[in-house]
Amino acid sequence: MMKQSVSEPVIKVRNLVKKFGDFVANDHLSFDVQKGEIFGFLGANGAGKTTAIKILCGLQKPTSGEIQVAGYDVYTQAELIKKNIGYMSQRFSMYEDLSVRENFQFYGGIYGLSGSEIKERTKEMLEDLQMTHISNKILREIPLGWKQKLAFSVAMVHHPKIVFLDEPTGGVDPITRRQFWEMIYTAADKGVTVFVTTHYMDEAEYCGRVSIMVDGRIEALDSPEALKKHYNSTTMNDVFIKLARSSGNTN
Amino acid sequence: MKGFILKEFLHIFRDLRTMLILFGMPVAQVLLFGYAITNEINNAQIAILDHSKDPVTQEITYKLLSSGYFQLNDQLSDASEIEQAFKKGKIKQVVVFEPNFAQKMTKDPPAVIQLITDASDPNTANLLSNYTQAITGDYLRQTSGSKRNLPVINIETTMQYNPELRGVFMFVPGTITILLMLISAMMTSISIAREKELGTMEVLLVSPLKPLHIIVGKVIPYVILSFINALIILILAATVFGMPFQGSLVLLLLQSALFIVMALSMGIFISTVSNNQQTAMLLSMFVLMLPTILLSGFIFPIENMPLPLQILSNIMPSKWFIIIIKSIMLKGLGIAYIWKETLILIGMTIFFIGMSVKKFKIRLD
Repeated sequence: MMKQSVSEPVIKVRNLVKKFGDFVANDHLSFDVQKGEIFGFLGANGAGKTTAIKILCGLQKPTSGEIQVAGYDVYTQAELIKKNIGYMSQRFSMYEDLSVRENFQFYGGIYGLSGSEIKERTKEMLEDLQMTHISNKILREIPLGWKQKLAFSVAMVHHPKIVFLDEPTGGVDPITRRQFWEMIYTAADKGVTVFVTTHYMDEAEYCGRVSIMVDGRIEALDSPEALKKHYNSTTMNDVFIKLARSSGNTN
Repeated sequence: MKGFILKEFLHIFRDLRTMLILFGMPVAQVLLFGYAITNEINNAQIAILDHSKDPVTQEITYKLLSSGYFQLNDQLSDASEIEQAFKKGKIKQVVVFEPNFAQKMTKDPPAVIQLITDASDPNTANLLSNYTQAITGDYLRQTSGSKRNLPVINIETTMQYNPELRGVFMFVPGTITILLMLISAMMTSISIAREKELGTMEVLLVSPLKPLHIIVGKVIPYVILSFINALIILILAATVFGMPFQGSLVLLLLQSALFIVMALSMGIFISTVSNNQQTAMLLSMFVLMLPTILLSGFIFPIENMPLPLQILSNIMPSKWFIIIIKSIMLKGLGIAYIWKETLILIGMTIFFIGMSVKKFKIRLD
């Protein structure tokens, strides 16, 4: 079991291949993510993003390749990986018919936090969000933007090393999205690595580095500024279109 | 408005499952109701204890067996064998001719035929004894002809296990079965399907929770609820309806627990093949509930159904469980007599759990 050292990447992927029968969803992906980075994982629908994330989260086994997440091997130490990561899915992670507090209690419990730890964390996080006054409200009654922020907090309740965000900001206005990203910055400042996928190209600009997947392969991997320079574009939107055009699909 | 109606039609046609239900169900129901629901009895298994063995008893026996209502399962030689014959569970009625029947009939009437009928299904019991009486009466009319001293045959009926022919004795075992099936199987399948539908299942899978823990965690509340419900029904049955508890309560509870686990395994299996709650509910309804009500012997005796349906009823776990409950509650039988049914339930449980695990593993790969 490898111990995490400062210079060691927190996600290490070498030649990740995932096949479903004859279809190659992930074709020899290789990349590193450093601790505290905000890493954007972009690609058109069907490019293979969701498959790759599922493999990194331990939800699926790769066909081949070496992958280490938070210092643990994805084939043999999936359980340890799960304990050290957080996940927020695009379809929300919380139960609509439970209250805010009850949701925190449930997820805290799953991740092995004690009763008092959960109480502490809940109080702390709700205060940060200025949502203490709704702690007993049922989720269904809370506006979408607030739910997203709460979902992010819940994903972080157990102080994970890495948090995976799968299209976290769908369906809300740009201001709310901006606020959400401020939460991401704060987390990254505290040393949490953020692995985020998004369809919003303006959000790609917020990332430290961005990788763009096309047809199962990584076609570009660099900071947004470097990418824009390389592809002679002023926005990530343009970079994306240029890359996507070169593939078979134009999704 | 017309466009809207057209759209609704399109929705329905493209949804294959709904189509199956819309067209399949009425057909299936008509067939089932037509064949399964018959109040006539054919080929009921009976045993005959003939102390007399004279031309008269043989004639009556012949008439009974050729009527189409009865089929000879066993020829008994002694009264002590009667109890055992019923316990084995195959026969519905024992016909006993007293010694010197023919002589008594003509010289010293009445000659007595004793009918002992298994009344754990009171309706069938009634019918069987009525048929027997009718056939015997027929024989009398044929033979008496112009004789002056009319021979008389008296029939004494004993309704075994259920002397007052209380319908509730049939009702309670069936209700317990349906209830357990409903709560354990259907609710479990819906609950797991709901997680899938809402997307929260993924989040659970990413967490340190093992899939086994997730399933067990989902299942336990329903197990407890089912058990409590079953207990309430049993208590009500015993106190309010005076249903007998001839057999071992412990055995009954253990068998109920087995059935609950079995229903759960079916519910879990259904959830692995359903992607949302609606599918889970429909599958549970049409694959579990309706067949259970119609084919398990709950309301309509299985013996009365045509052979294909009888064979079909064998794959209904509810059928076996109803036999077990009745055997324990009404007949006071122990495990020695119901081991076959118990094994069948255990086998079904293992089968469904195995299939569910297999499906789950495939999903993860």
